[in-house]
Amino acid sequence: MTDEEQRVLESEQRLEEAVEHAEFAISVRGLRNRFGDQIVHEDLDLDVRKGEILGVVGGSGTGKSVLMRSIIGLQIPDAGEVHVFGEPMIGRLDDEEALAVRKRWGVLFQGGALFSTLTVAENVEVPLREYYPNINATLRDEIAAYKIRMTGLPCEAGPKYPSELSGGMKKRAGLARALALDPDLLFLDEPTAGLDPIGAAAFDAQTRELQQTLGLTVFLITHDLDTLFSICDRVAVLADRKVIAVGTIAELLATDHPWIQEYFNGPRGRAAVSAQKAHSGQAQGGAGLAERQ
Amino acid sequence: MQSAELQQEQGDDGTIVRLAGNLAVAHLGSLPDRLDALRGPVATVDLSGVTHIDTIGAWTVHRFALAHNASLRGVSDEARRLIDEVGKECEPVAIRPEAEYPLIRVLSEIGVATRTAGHTMVGLLGFFGGTLVTAWTLIRHPRRVRMHAIVQRLEVVGVSALAIIGLMSFLIGIVIAQQGSVQLRQFGLEVMTINLVGRLTFRELGVLMTAIMVAGRSGSAFAAQLGTMKLTEEIDAMRTIGVSPMEALVMPRVIAAVVMMPLLGFYASIVAIIGGGFLCAVALDIPPVTFVQRIREVVPITDVYVGMIKAPVFGLIIAICGCYQGMQVESNAEEVGNRTTAAVVQAIFLVIVLDAFFAVFFTWVGWI
Repeated sequence: MTDEEQRVLESEQRLEEAVEHAEFAISVRGLRNRFGDQIVHEDLDLDVRKGEILGVVGGSGTGKSVLMRSIIGLQIPDAGEVHVFGEPMIGRLDDEEALAVRKRWGVLFQGGALFSTLTVAENVEVPLREYYPNINATLRDEIAAYKIRMTGLPCEAGPKYPSELSGGMKKRAGLARALALDPDLLFLDEPTAGLDPIGAAAFDAQTRELQQTLGLTVFLITHDLDTLFSICDRVAVLADRKVIAVGTIAELLATDHPWIQEYFNGPRGRAAVSAQKAHSGQAQGGAGLAERQ
Repeated sequence: MQSAELQQEQGDDGTIVRLAGNLAVAHLGSLPDRLDALRGPVATVDLSGVTHIDTIGAWTVHRFALAHNASLRGVSDEARRLIDEVGKECEPVAIRPEAEYPLIRVLSEIGVATRTAGHTMVGLLGFFGGTLVTAWTLIRHPRRVRMHAIVQRLEVVGVSALAIIGLMSFLIGIVIAQQGSVQLRQFGLEVMTINLVGRLTFRELGVLMTAIMVAGRSGSAFAAQLGTMKLTEEIDAMRTIGVSPMEALVMPRVIAAVVMMPLLGFYASIVAIIGGGFLCAVALDIPPVTFVQRIREVVPITDVYVGMIKAPVFGLIIAICGCYQGMQVESNAEEVGNRTTAAVVQAIFLVIVLDAFFAVFFTWVGWI
């Protein structure tokens, strides 16, 4: 083993311990982002607990995507600190230890962001090839194959090119690529936008199942109230350039911020609440029935 | 957290393989290869020493156990969950499309390219016909001509291009004069450089170079603009409102290119002659007055006609190629790029082919 490999392995081991011991998966402090005269974030704080699905909501232009890009290092903020598993991330895009952190997360962009010259399966193999070139080709193909199955894609999707896929399949393929390295942390940017309700519900269920199987922490930007109600453990609300509230939906409903009230108590919000109640009522009813039998 | 380890021992019911340590992808190392190399039969795989495992480790264990038909022992809940997840029954997933034989691939590519070329030629001809029909409609209903759009295109195609075309032509004039004078000096005919510059720029190079520049600047822009509008369904929206895209988008561009090409071509020829004159004055000691006088003597007016007849035709070809390719965009952003390239390549190719025909034709009619 060369010195460099040894160093990489050591930093990975250190990070694994950090992942184990860190209290928060992501911790953002005093974040400030500005585009020209427009201030998007000012003094923004946010903590994402390990193993939770955190939904991030906010009106258009409140900087949900900018927040995600700041955390994953695509946007360098004007001020503030971002820690992922306790590691500071700002300004360390090419750092070796920051690289170890990057292996621990997967990102699903809005349109899937698949590489158009590669097939779906080859897309999934890209992170494996990049970080673990020693894995032999057969094993790599097999890994890509089960990641594809795991995200609910049909088997014939493997050798297809992204341009031959529907929107929903592109997102699943993007998810398979994000999960290629078994990350601890998954970023999803509006995963159900543009999907039909059945596809969206299936994607939500898949996300929940994967999160439980793999023990993921999920940072989920969404506009979809059904997603918020059905799979998010906590919800963070972005407004007035900061995170104005974080909590379960019940906690959020108890606050009296006008935007939150309008968001959750508007016609769509109420519909989602009643759908959720009906759903859980049915589940309880079903359980009760089973007990009686 | 130590790396993955492998031990082999003989048990009561056959070989036992013990895996221990961290079976996450970062720590697997050569374990998959060592497992592959291991000769069976293996009865049991013992995982009781495993501290950590991820899906890649789980898959490695699963495929090994499956290959040897071995049973698993000492599996933690975490490992059990992952192994069950990766081991779900499913049809095999192909990674790449099936490869073809090279010979068949080459043949099929030649066939496809020939067909595409044929289709494009027919399509271009059809589009040209469509443009003529639209032009005829506009002539009969002059109120439907969109002056605003036309003026806007005239500015983009013509006025904005003055600087770059001027600079290019000036340099071309200098290069012709310089290269020509070097050759003509061998015969003591340096003064003939003026004939060379004057006749070449007006007859051929002024218009041809302008056409190439306009194809690169505006032909590509036409294809990219219309292609993007196709993608965002702007053109479909236009049709549903009852606006004909041929009238609103294609005609202004065609008219702008047809009107602007002769003007730009003439301008380019003049600037190229100024460039040639500049070099003659600096390097050959021919005073500008003499230069202008000579030009008037040696360049027949038919040379100017030749250039000015060719220019609008070239403009038409450039606009038609650009608009046609733009309107052909169907599916995705990648196609816009390909179509834009195709528009420029076709326009320049057709311009040069037609230029050759013009050269023969004008010689035939006696405009030598």
